[in-house]
Amino acid sequence: MACRALCPFPVDLSGLAAVLRLRRRGVLPGFGLSFGITLSYVGLLVLLPVGALVWRGSTLSARQLVDVLSGPRARAAFELSFGASAVAALLNVVFGLLVAWVLTRYRFFGRRFVDALVDLPFALPTAVAGIALTAVYSERGPVGSWLSELGIHSAYSSLGVAIALVFVGLPFVVRTVEPVIRELDPRLEEAAAVLGAGRVRTFALVILPKLAPALVTGFSLAFARALGEYGSVIFISGNIPGKTEIVPLLIVGKLEQFDYPGAVAIAVVMLSASFVILLALNALSARLSHGTPR
Amino acid sequence: MSTRTLSDAVREPRWARVLLTFTALGFLGLFVGAPLVTIFAAALSRGAGPYLAAIGSADTWAAIKLTLLVAAITVPVNTVFGVAAAWLLARYDFVGRRLLLTLIDLPFSVSPVVAGLLFVLVCGAHGLFGPWLSAHHVQLLFAIPGVVLATAFVTFSLVAREVLTVMLAQGSREEEAAFTLGASGFQMLWHVTLPKIRWALVYGVLLCNARAMGEFGAVSVVSGHIRGRTETLPLHVEILYNEYNFVGAFAAASLLAFLALVTLAARRVLEGTDE
Repeated sequence: MACRALCPFPVDLSGLAAVLRLRRRGVLPGFGLSFGITLSYVGLLVLLPVGALVWRGSTLSARQLVDVLSGPRARAAFELSFGASAVAALLNVVFGLLVAWVLTRYRFFGRRFVDALVDLPFALPTAVAGIALTAVYSERGPVGSWLSELGIHSAYSSLGVAIALVFVGLPFVVRTVEPVIRELDPRLEEAAAVLGAGRVRTFALVILPKLAPALVTGFSLAFARALGEYGSVIFISGNIPGKTEIVPLLIVGKLEQFDYPGAVAIAVVMLSASFVILLALNALSARLSHGTPR
Repeated sequence: MSTRTLSDAVREPRWARVLLTFTALGFLGLFVGAPLVTIFAAALSRGAGPYLAAIGSADTWAAIKLTLLVAAITVPVNTVFGVAAAWLLARYDFVGRRLLLTLIDLPFSVSPVVAGLLFVLVCGAHGLFGPWLSAHHVQLLFAIPGVVLATAFVTFSLVAREVLTVMLAQGSREEEAAFTLGASGFQMLWHVTLPKIRWALVYGVLLCNARAMGEFGAVSVVSGHIRGRTETLPLHVEILYNEYNFVGAFAAASLLAFLALVTLAARRVLEGTDE
């Protein structure tokens, strides 16, 4: 009651809620209150800011949009962001599948520890990941020095960007594929073996098609996450304009010069790009799971 | 006999299992293990004395305090919201339920830099409420309130997501029983619902806390980087690193890495208690 006195807003909304409540499961109380809290919070923290971006974006002319996006620096940044994100997500699909397979099918010493380690990129702050990856892959780092002897410069290059994006995307692929591997019907593999297929053939023709929707979903999640990633990339990339500058950094640069229309234009493109990619890949994944009935 | 050969036929040969396991471990070692070890190794590279001195420096303390303050505001607010939203989405069907679910997931898929930009567009001098705010002498952007808002946005869905998954799986029979036996809404929440979801709630809160303390991109855009005033621990890590104070940067980073490890360990423990 005290809460209602303090915030009249949710009460107003609970009246609206009663109108909107067409079907309601069960008889449980709390609809009005939870609806009020959720809608006010979502409205204030998500709808309002996103609305502000859309509104600012709509005031831009097509000419402004083209000017901002067609410059050589912006083009290079978009190519790098999309390219490195795709490469990193693909690498994660291959190695994430391998990690998920090994973790679910094999028993080895330290498996639980390794399993927990997979979630680290999800819990570790991106700035911390960024300086740690830079230390590992710079020319004086343990892996970077070894790579530079082979003539490969990992940090401060587009390869460094991809390395950071592999790090941030890994748990998305592993955690999407893992439950599907665990729930594979063992009879399918047995049937394939009885019919004379070897393990490689069984994997390619029986198991892989079953995992395809999860792999596509994992790819889309890792790709979308990589596209927006900032903290872990800016340390390892070196941020050379036109060469190793990612799109989120471009937005930060525009903001530092108080070029709000420029920042908004790029942000609108980023937001719609990740939205479109997610939608397209979701549709593809739905079709794939439809094509292979369980 | 025949089942034995069959179970052998659906497993990879031993050499392949060993090869695949080592490849997977090598990949994880290169991309996850090596960076994790490096954080602590670099922080302690000059011994324990400089490490403790770096953590005890005034600027680092100010950053730690601000980080704790921001988490102390955003985590409880997001927890109340998370339980309310999960209850709403798990127990009722209404027009726009799917849209609401998408809106709750949205902060998760937005680039942190874009998230920061959103609040610049709302609270900044040229933003939606900029003129009104400056007329009333309220400074949100490049000040602590802006940092709190941006952090709340990026950690928005974590508690809601964790609790929602569990609420959907558990169903609402116990609540219905409590309600038909005459419990009030608050009694039902306190004695039935919260005990049912407690482990998911605890993990959601821990995850939300880890992310709130570690957020970098969004906070970096809205904070204005005023040293000792609007600098959270991750921003402090960046500044020390760019000043070539590597021991200091990795010492501050090791605190955040430790927090991440505790969060992951807690998840394992809590998963065990749920079974």
